[in-house]
Amino acid sequence: MTTENQQKLDSLLGGYRALDLTDEKGMICGRILGDLGVDVIKIERPSGDPARKIGPFFHNIPDPEKSLFWFAYNANKRGITLNIDSKDGQEIFKRLAENTDFVIESFAPRHMDNLGVGYQALSEINKKLIMTSITPFGQTGPYKDFKGADILGWAMGGAMHLTGDSDMPPLEIGFPQAHLNAGAQAAVGTVIALHYREISGEGQHVDVSIQESVAWVLSDALPFWDVNRSNVKRFGSVRSRPPLYAPRRQIWACKDGFVIFILMTGGLALESIKALVAWMDEEGMATDILKETDFAAISWTTTPPQQLESLQEPIGKFFMMYSVQELCQETLKRRIMLLPVCTSKDVRESCQLSARNFWEGVEHPELGASITYPGAFAKLSEAPIRIRRRAPLIGEHNKDIYEDELGLSNEEILTLFQANVI
Amino acid sequence: MKNIGRQALQGVKVVDFSWVGVGPLTTKYLADHGASVIRVESVQYPETFRVTVPFKDNVPGINRSGYFAWYNSNKYGLALDLNKPKGIEVAKRLIAWADIVVQSFRPGVMKRLGLDYEDLKTVKADIIMLSLSAQGQTGPHSQSAAYGIQLVGLSGVTDITGWPDRDPCGPYGAYTDWIAPQFGATVLISALNYRRKTGKGMYIDLSQCETAIQFLAPLILNYVVNGQIYSRRGNRSPYACPHGAYRCKGEDRWCAIIVSTDNEWQAFCGVLGDPDWSKDPKFSTLLNRKKNEAELDKLIESWTIEHRTEKVMFKMQAAGVPAGVVQNSEDLFEHDPQLKSRQFFGRLHHTEMGDCAYAGPSFRLSKTPCKLERAAPCLGEHTKYVCTEILGMSDKEFVGLLNEGIFK
Repeated sequence: MTTENQQKLDSLLGGYRALDLTDEKGMICGRILGDLGVDVIKIERPSGDPARKIGPFFHNIPDPEKSLFWFAYNANKRGITLNIDSKDGQEIFKRLAENTDFVIESFAPRHMDNLGVGYQALSEINKKLIMTSITPFGQTGPYKDFKGADILGWAMGGAMHLTGDSDMPPLEIGFPQAHLNAGAQAAVGTVIALHYREISGEGQHVDVSIQESVAWVLSDALPFWDVNRSNVKRFGSVRSRPPLYAPRRQIWACKDGFVIFILMTGGLALESIKALVAWMDEEGMATDILKETDFAAISWTTTPPQQLESLQEPIGKFFMMYSVQELCQETLKRRIMLLPVCTSKDVRESCQLSARNFWEGVEHPELGASITYPGAFAKLSEAPIRIRRRAPLIGEHNKDIYEDELGLSNEEILTLFQANVI
Repeated sequence: MKNIGRQALQGVKVVDFSWVGVGPLTTKYLADHGASVIRVESVQYPETFRVTVPFKDNVPGINRSGYFAWYNSNKYGLALDLNKPKGIEVAKRLIAWADIVVQSFRPGVMKRLGLDYEDLKTVKADIIMLSLSAQGQTGPHSQSAAYGIQLVGLSGVTDITGWPDRDPCGPYGAYTDWIAPQFGATVLISALNYRRKTGKGMYIDLSQCETAIQFLAPLILNYVVNGQIYSRRGNRSPYACPHGAYRCKGEDRWCAIIVSTDNEWQAFCGVLGDPDWSKDPKFSTLLNRKKNEAELDKLIESWTIEHRTEKVMFKMQAAGVPAGVVQNSEDLFEHDPQLKSRQFFGRLHHTEMGDCAYAGPSFRLSKTPCKLERAAPCLGEHTKYVCTEILGMSDKEFVGLLNEGIFK
C-alpha cells in the first residue's frame, strides 16, 4: 500500500491538507484537525508568529522556540514562513491553495480579500476549498471591525458577567478560554463543510465569531431570560436561582483543600445525597434535619435560605473532618457525586488518567527533552488520535514545501528569504 | 455547480440515547445542520433537564423546561422503555436505520441492556457509536457519576479561577459540559468521513474530563516541565495593562478594557481626557503600569464609574482601544445589535411552551447555514412518526406495541 493510502487509513481525516494562518484567536482549530490526521501547515510571518511570545515557557526562558502555549496548540502541525503581505507571498500562497482542502485564518474581516487571497479569489482557483475565518465578532455586523481580545470575547459573549464572587468584579477564567472555544467550534464548522463538500464537490466559507462561541457556551444562563425574563447573576462558589436565591454551595473546604458537591435535582443527585447522609449517620454526624428531610420532594429553588443552611451546615462540618483524598475515595465507593478541586499537579498525578494511558511523551530533540503532553481528546477503536509530531520550529518545513513540493530553485529561495518573503 | 439547496448533514441518521448536556449539545450541532436526530427517552424516568428549572412561566412540567428546549432543537422525540425486551428490539431497529448512535449512560449500562458496541455491530456492522462519560469508559474511576458542575473541579478549571487573596470561585455552572460537545461533534463527523473512505464504523470513548484538559494544556505543560502550579490572578494579564473589568454607571455594569501597546495607552488616555495622573511616569511604561496596577485600576474606575458601559465601549473602540460591555443575558437577547444583525438567536414555536428562543451555532457556513426548523420535542412527541414512517411499522404493529407499554 502506498504511504499516502496508508496515511488515509491511519487517521480519520488523513489525506487532507490545511493551510493554517491563525494567531492565538483560532490556533486550536488546526490542532484538532491535525490530531485527526489532516496535514496542517502552520504559516507564520518570517520572524515567527507572535503567539510564540505567549507563556508559560520551557524552563521559564522567554524564547520563540520555547513557548508552552505554542507547543500545546501547534502540535501535529508542520510549519513554514511566508509573508502574504507581499506579492510574491500571495503568489506562493495561491499555488499552495490549489492543492489544499482547508484554509484557516483569523485576520480582521476582509484582510485576506484585500490581499487578493480571500475566499472568493481562492475558490476560483480551487472550488473545493473550505475557508474557515475566526474573528472577534464575525465577518458581518456593526461590531465586525471592533478590536478584540480574549477577555473581551468572554465579556461580550456574556460569560464574564456570570463568573466570580457576587461581591467582586466579573471575572475571566484563569486561563483565557474565549479563543479556545472559538477555535474548537471552528473545527466543528469546518468538518461539517467537509461533509457537504464530499457530496456536492463544493467548498464554502465558514464564518466563526468568538463572541458567539462564548454566548453558545452560556446556554446554561440564557434560557432563564428567554423563559422567565430572569437575569442570572454571578454567585461564585455557590449556586443561587430565582425566586428565592437560596445559596447552594458548590465549592466546599475540607481539611487540606476543596471539593465540589452540590444539592440538586434528579435521580443521581438524590442517590448521592441519601448516600452522603447515610455515611454521615455512620459517623454520628447526621443531624435530625438531614435524616428527616424527604430529598425527593425538595425543590431547591423554592427552599428558603434558612432551611437550606440547616442542611448545608452539618455537611460543611463533616467535609472539614476529611482530606480531599479521603473524601474522594469514600464518595467514589458510596456513589456520592463529589469531585476534588484539582491543580495541574493533581491532574498530572490522576490515577484515572494514567490508567487510561491519557498521557503522551513527545520528543523535543532541540531541547534535549521528552515532554509529557495531555493526550488524545477521544479514544477511537479505529485510526486512533495521537500526537505524531511536536509543534514546528520557525520555518522548519520550508525546504519540504518550497523546494521539494513547489520546486522552487535554491536561488529563488535565497532571494525570497533575503527579501523577507519567507 | 450551483448550491443544490440541501443542508450540510442532510441524510445523516442519528439515534441519541444521551441526556442532559453533553450528548444533546453534541447532536444539536448535527440536527441543526440537517441530520435526522431521534432522542430516545423514558417516560417513567424523564431526564434531569426535563425536571429542572427554568420552567416556562415558572410552571413546572416535563415539556416546559427551558434547558431541554434549548438543547434539543430540530430533534425527534421517541419514548421507549429500554427495560422491556420489545423496547430493546425497537431500539435495534433504530440502530439498523442509523449511521450514528450517541449515548451517555454510566459505563456498563448499554452492555447490560444488550446495546453495547459489540451488540450494535451485529445489527449494523459499520455503525459509529459515541459513548460519552465523565471520566471515560475504562479506568478505576469510570463508575464515578458526575456532572459538569463537579468536573470543572476535577479538570482544573475551578482552581485557577478566582481572586489571589481568596478561595477559588470557579467558573459559572457546568462549564466543561460545553467543551466536550465541541470535540464530540467534530470527531463524529470525521468518523463519518472515515467510514465513507473505508466502509468501517467505529467506537468512540469520549471523557468529558479529558476534553476539558485540552483547554488547559499549557498549564499542564507548565507543571510538567517547570513544576509550577498556576496561582489565581483575578483578571490580570502578564503582558497587558490595564486588563480587566471596570465598574461603570448603574447597577452591576462593567466594561472590559485591554491595553497592550503604547499606542493603545496613548489612545486610552485620550479617551479619558488626558487626566494629570495619566502623565505620571509611574504609568508611562508597561512595566511601570504593572508595578502600580492596583492604583491604576482605581484611577481608571474613578472615570468609568461616571459613564455607561456602552459609552465607554464605543469611545474606546473608536479610538482603537479594545473594550467591550460585560454583557448579561438581557443585553445579549435584547440590546446587542451585533447578535441581532447576525440573527444568533432564532425563535421557534414549541408545542407546549409556545414561542421560544434558540441559539444558533457560532459558525455560519456560507452555502449551507444551519436551519432552526423545529422546536425541541415534547416527550414522545414523535413516537408514532418514528415507528410508522421511519421504521416502517404497520399501524397494527405500532398499536400492539403501544398497548404492551413499550413506549413508556
